[in-house]
Amino acid sequence: MAAASAAGKRATSPALKRARGVLRLIGTVALTFFGLLLVTFLIGRVVPIDPVLAAVGDRAPQEVYLRVRSELGLDQPLYVQFYRYGAAVLQGDLGKSVLTSNPVLADIKRFFPATFELATLATLIGVIVGIPVGVLAAVRQNRWVDQIIRVLGLLGYSVPVFWLGLMGLVLLYVHLGWVAGPGRLDVFYEDLVEPKTGVILIDSALEGEWTVFQNAFAHLILPASILGYFSLAYVSRMTRSLMIEQLRQEYVVTARVKGLSEARVIWRHALGNVMVPLVTVVALSYANLLEGSVLTETVFAWPGIGQYITNSLLNVDMNAVLGGTIVVGTVFVGLNLLSDVLYRALDPRAR
Amino acid sequence: MRHSKKSLAAVLLGSAAMVLASSAYADTPKDTVVMAKQIDDIISLDPGEAFEFSGGEVDGNVYERLVYYDVKNVSKMFGALAETYSVGPDGKTYTFKLRPGIKFSSGNPLTAADAVYSIQRAVIMNKTPGFILTQFGFTKDNVGDRVKATDAMTVTMETEKKFAPSFFYYCLTANVSSIVDSAVVKQHEQNGDFGNDWLKTHSAGTGPYTIRSWKANESYVLDANPNYHGTAPLTPHVIVRHVKEVATQRLLLEKGDVDYARDLGKDELEAVSKNPDITFDQGVKGAITYLGLNQKNQFLKKPEVVEALKYLVDYDGIQNNILRGVRVVHQAFLPIGFLGAVDDKPYRFDLAKAKELLAKAGLASGFSVSMDVSASYPGIDIAQALQASWAQAGIKLELIQGDRKQVITKYRARNHESVILEWGPDYQDPHTNAQTFASNFDNSDASPTKTLAWRNSWDIPEMSKKTQAAVEEFDAEKRATMYQDLQREHQKVSPFVIMFQQIEVAAHRKSADGFVVGPGNDSNWYSGIKKN
Repeated sequence: MAAASAAGKRATSPALKRARGVLRLIGTVALTFFGLLLVTFLIGRVVPIDPVLAAVGDRAPQEVYLRVRSELGLDQPLYVQFYRYGAAVLQGDLGKSVLTSNPVLADIKRFFPATFELATLATLIGVIVGIPVGVLAAVRQNRWVDQIIRVLGLLGYSVPVFWLGLMGLVLLYVHLGWVAGPGRLDVFYEDLVEPKTGVILIDSALEGEWTVFQNAFAHLILPASILGYFSLAYVSRMTRSLMIEQLRQEYVVTARVKGLSEARVIWRHALGNVMVPLVTVVALSYANLLEGSVLTETVFAWPGIGQYITNSLLNVDMNAVLGGTIVVGTVFVGLNLLSDVLYRALDPRAR
Repeated sequence: MRHSKKSLAAVLLGSAAMVLASSAYADTPKDTVVMAKQIDDIISLDPGEAFEFSGGEVDGNVYERLVYYDVKNVSKMFGALAETYSVGPDGKTYTFKLRPGIKFSSGNPLTAADAVYSIQRAVIMNKTPGFILTQFGFTKDNVGDRVKATDAMTVTMETEKKFAPSFFYYCLTANVSSIVDSAVVKQHEQNGDFGNDWLKTHSAGTGPYTIRSWKANESYVLDANPNYHGTAPLTPHVIVRHVKEVATQRLLLEKGDVDYARDLGKDELEAVSKNPDITFDQGVKGAITYLGLNQKNQFLKKPEVVEALKYLVDYDGIQNNILRGVRVVHQAFLPIGFLGAVDDKPYRFDLAKAKELLAKAGLASGFSVSMDVSASYPGIDIAQALQASWAQAGIKLELIQGDRKQVITKYRARNHESVILEWGPDYQDPHTNAQTFASNFDNSDASPTKTLAWRNSWDIPEMSKKTQAAVEEFDAEKRATMYQDLQREHQKVSPFVIMFQQIEVAAHRKSADGFVVGPGNDSNWYSGIKKN
């Protein structure tokens, strides 16, 4: 009997372990969101701006002001306000934005795909160019190729995106005409494609509207390249330092001694070993871009989530700010989970 | 092999560039006016609710009012949807006879029922601009009796007491008094909202355009109203795109991807003025830039200090170096163009005079004071110029920068020492500015009317009575004189340093012309724009 129970324990313990793991994960995610909402909520209440002003402006008579204050629930104690908001969120209701008069969820569905499209292409550029460039810099450490790459990386960190965006527009849009201007589409193509996902490249491809696709790409490529450059600067710098460390390891010497080609040593063995930390680097960079880049969105008249959250915050449109916070939180949590999954796929020790 | 790879890469890059280039059109469509403008202030397009600049502009092109003013001469009033209008011998009962044959964009004919419904809904909803009508004593309980149709084409409105008729008429020119298609709006009413939710994004007017779409923070699109009773719009479609960054607006305009750039600042205007394909439309707007000096402050409450500060503004220098083309010097509370406006400019930069006044106040060695200012052009630029000129008289000015709403929040609580802000009139009658700059019946913290005079703790029972008398004066000429006297007194004694009046400039390509920049935000009209 004792033996059977021990066997049962052995049989259920991995399942139990997994269940505990999942519960812990759910608990952590719930706590993260609760903390995020609470902090953002409190920030919204301590900023020295009157939220009623966003709703009624500066001219409204006192009676209208008081009525709207009450409608917004601002005459209630803070904990009541937070409880009401939290209860509504749990039912999937993020409330209405004062500034756009739309449900916050509808706004997010409209603005987030624009940012998603931009951030995804930028990250692709950052990864496709940044990783090989970082590897190259590590392999040619302290030689002129490395110096050039490091200077370019440094520029990526230090040049203001605002300036770079405007210069890019002046050169590539105004003078050379290689790319389309600010905005997501030319007016000719507005409303030609039914927004299904909100990502114009996908929607136009689904409908076979290739001229719209082409125009959307022409609008997207410059802001994505500029954001991609900043992503590239970060990814290449991290790749370089991780690779330098790997190239000094004994297994690299062993591989070379065994007669493996240099390309195989670098791209297969050394790079293979830095992929795990690189996943974190790329995920963080992608998450930062998905929060929305306010300055890039402003210069390129890109209706993304960054401008939406910033504008809402400046006007203390708290439903919109809290909705945006949930999106940003979801992005970070989601990408963290994805990184964990990728770790396991890439690193047998993590399984 | 190496060479062929390089050539292949070059060919690919070249083709990509050509593909991209060919995908962008050089001009805007012939049947569409395209504008770049900051439109993130729009909260609603319902005329009973919209009170922001951009929302007012949309409604001005979509709706009409019973009466309106000549955009070139605001003091000239005419019947718009009303064929005739008059006030009865009691001075309280107004009668409007509607023009026959006018249709809404839906095809429904305009009747007195529509006018009654429009005014009643604005009063009962009592959104932000509702006070423009409720100040005549209309309430949700009495508006049913006081605003009514006496026959199919006649409307009467009875105010609570006698006011200057011009005051009432000007308030009826405001956006909140727009006439909506009652049949259509009633179809979209839900939970007693008077169709407010629907009208936020749709239209039901008699004006030259209808609203096709409004995407907040992105764009709005207008189409010509097929049933418009006047001359049909010369260009049937208007697309206004939200472009926050003015440098981007400039690039779009120069490249020809927009016909109009609406928010260019001094630097951008100077730059595009060199482009032979670009020219400007401009109009004087009602917004006034002023300094408010809180009378709670121990230094600022001294009349000599207030006067000295009026001499410590380099009006011409700021206009020429910071505000060229976008503001002009103006020193009275009524903007030029308003009934009773004065163009007197009694103050100019005079350091010696200012020092003499400060000495008289016992502050020959100066004092320290703070100023709240919005951290954006032109407020902060003007404030920095003031900081330099005040320093010459020994006044140490500390600038407290913040977001505009943050500045206003502090200002409304009377927690500032001094502040620099702009004030735009709510409607085209002089009372809108007189009431706020020159009236404060109750200076206590609990005052129900927190006018600008109240916000600066300026206790003026006598001047408030004069302001009230002017709004009740029946004779328009006499009324204008009363405002002129009031402004001259105000210039001398008020703790307001009124400095500039706004000029709105719309830069546009020469291939599109005919935009009207009127004195109000709801009198910026698109229908005369013609594209070559």
